[in-house]
Amino acid sequence: MFSWYYISGILILTGINLLTVLGLSLLTGFTGLFSFGHAGFMAIGAYTAATMTMQFHMPLLLALLLGGVVSMLVSLIIGRLTLNLKGDYFCIATLGFGEATRLILDNVQYFGGSRGLPGIPTYENNEYLAIVVFINVLAIVAMVFLIRSRHGRNMVAIREEELASQAIGINVFRYKITSLAISALYAGVAGGLMAHYLGYIQPIMFQLIKSTELTIIVIFGGLGSITGSVIGAIVLTFLPEVLRTFFQWRLVVYGAAVILIMITRPQGLMGGKELNLKAIWRWVKRRRGGAENDSSAIS
Amino acid sequence: MSSFLQQVINGLSIGSVYALMAVGYSLVYSIMNFSNFAHGGVIMLGAYIGLYALSLLSLPFVAALVVAAFGAGLIAVVLEKIAYSPLRRRNAPGLYFIISAMGASIFLENFVVATIGPTFRTYPQIFDSKPFMIGDIALGRIDVLMFVISAISLGILMFIIEKTKVGLAIRATSYSAKGSAFMGVNVDWIIFVIFILGGMLAGVAGMLFGMRYTVYPQIGIITNKSFIAAVFGGLGSLPGAVVGSILLGLIETFASVAGYSTYRDLIAFALLILILVVRPTGLMGKATEDKA
Repeated sequence: MFSWYYISGILILTGINLLTVLGLSLLTGFTGLFSFGHAGFMAIGAYTAATMTMQFHMPLLLALLLGGVVSMLVSLIIGRLTLNLKGDYFCIATLGFGEATRLILDNVQYFGGSRGLPGIPTYENNEYLAIVVFINVLAIVAMVFLIRSRHGRNMVAIREEELASQAIGINVFRYKITSLAISALYAGVAGGLMAHYLGYIQPIMFQLIKSTELTIIVIFGGLGSITGSVIGAIVLTFLPEVLRTFFQWRLVVYGAAVILIMITRPQGLMGGKELNLKAIWRWVKRRRGGAENDSSAIS
Repeated sequence: MSSFLQQVINGLSIGSVYALMAVGYSLVYSIMNFSNFAHGGVIMLGAYIGLYALSLLSLPFVAALVVAAFGAGLIAVVLEKIAYSPLRRRNAPGLYFIISAMGASIFLENFVVATIGPTFRTYPQIFDSKPFMIGDIALGRIDVLMFVISAISLGILMFIIEKTKVGLAIRATSYSAKGSAFMGVNVDWIIFVIFILGGMLAGVAGMLFGMRYTVYPQIGIITNKSFIAAVFGGLGSLPGAVVGSILLGLIETFASVAGYSTYRDLIAFALLILILVVRPTGLMGKATEDKA
């Protein structure tokens, strides 16, 4: 039942989800903007990359990059228009953008309309997994560097207190649009990866529910934590696949779980903390140090 | 000319059902400041309750409508208790409410898929399909019924909001929840009332919608358009929700007539983005400000 072919397939899907979630984590977890339209950016990347390899016989990596860039350009336009909206309204606008993108693709005959685009070149699983892992490692490293830089700290400042960060001279709008653009780039590349793994794409794959699922993974992992996003993406991609036999009840449990997380542990699995060697070492040290303190208190 | 009038009436009738749904979004927004995306699920369940009240219990139409209204109202209240109430006690940010609502909507939709099944169901034919004729304008019986029942329900809602003591408390709470709590308004009770009112209207809307078209678990995707109507009119404003819905109904109908029926949903979502860009508070919404 669990052949390598099956497992590697899930790993590829995990990698694709993870890539989008990483970008979304920057936007939602570190900059504090919620999006219900990232499936739209994935769709743009997927259709662009697929067209590039099918019509223009471009090499895969170049096509993926181009898909990401086109999606990023679209995000710049969308961001320009909507990032000044307050509170809920930005997230409603992204919802509108995601659904509008899907509905436009539904009607463009060049892309096959609602029937979708079949016959996208696919690759052998192991080879493709290597590509996915490579891109993800690159994406994670880049993200860690970004978040630890001055720019990353500015984004966190905006998340924590928008007005105050504006007051100390952070260009709030510029950082918000940068964050959105990078997340759209990640989503676009992930969309391209998805197209070349499945071999066909349909607008229905990029519905509102897909965007919601991505945001839920970020929240499940914990806002403001990259390791949280990684763990979240792995758990929430594997779990539904393993539970496929309960297909119909799977999403019921999923929905209930989301409510449960929100009402019990809204900070998510990691809750803004990172899991790395340093953190583990500090944790061990604190346990030992705590024990010593206790004994000294007794004597 | 007569075909023009005919389309106006079609637009009004679908717009009035959108209005029933949209006021549910607006009521919740006016008090709790978040977009209750689980409302689509409540509407869907209302449609199913109406369907089974008619077909299994073989109730008369009006009784089935009442059952659908109370059933959906009850579901909305239970949903509030489970998914929002704990967040409220903790003063969680508005976006947590939205995510909880998204979870609830996934739950409701797929619960119906898993138990009742994903198939499309049609209501039993209770009304003559032969249209009324006024001059040479043909009025579908269901269309007229939709408009009349929606108008009556909205009238009752407006009466409650404008003329009763509870309505006064609702209006006060929508200005300032904290302030009205100081003045002795029981905010928990107000929230209970708005959820039961919104849920009941959702039940009526779901049943009317199901009678006109079909019933299926993903009906919530269509009801999202009533959310757009609420944004169009201005979230949090009841008259705005009604006006926005009627306008959306008319725009959609005329887009279909002009031969753009495949673009109908696209027009709705494009409209949503356009409104947010040009005038985020909608036609008559209340302005919100970020306070430090």
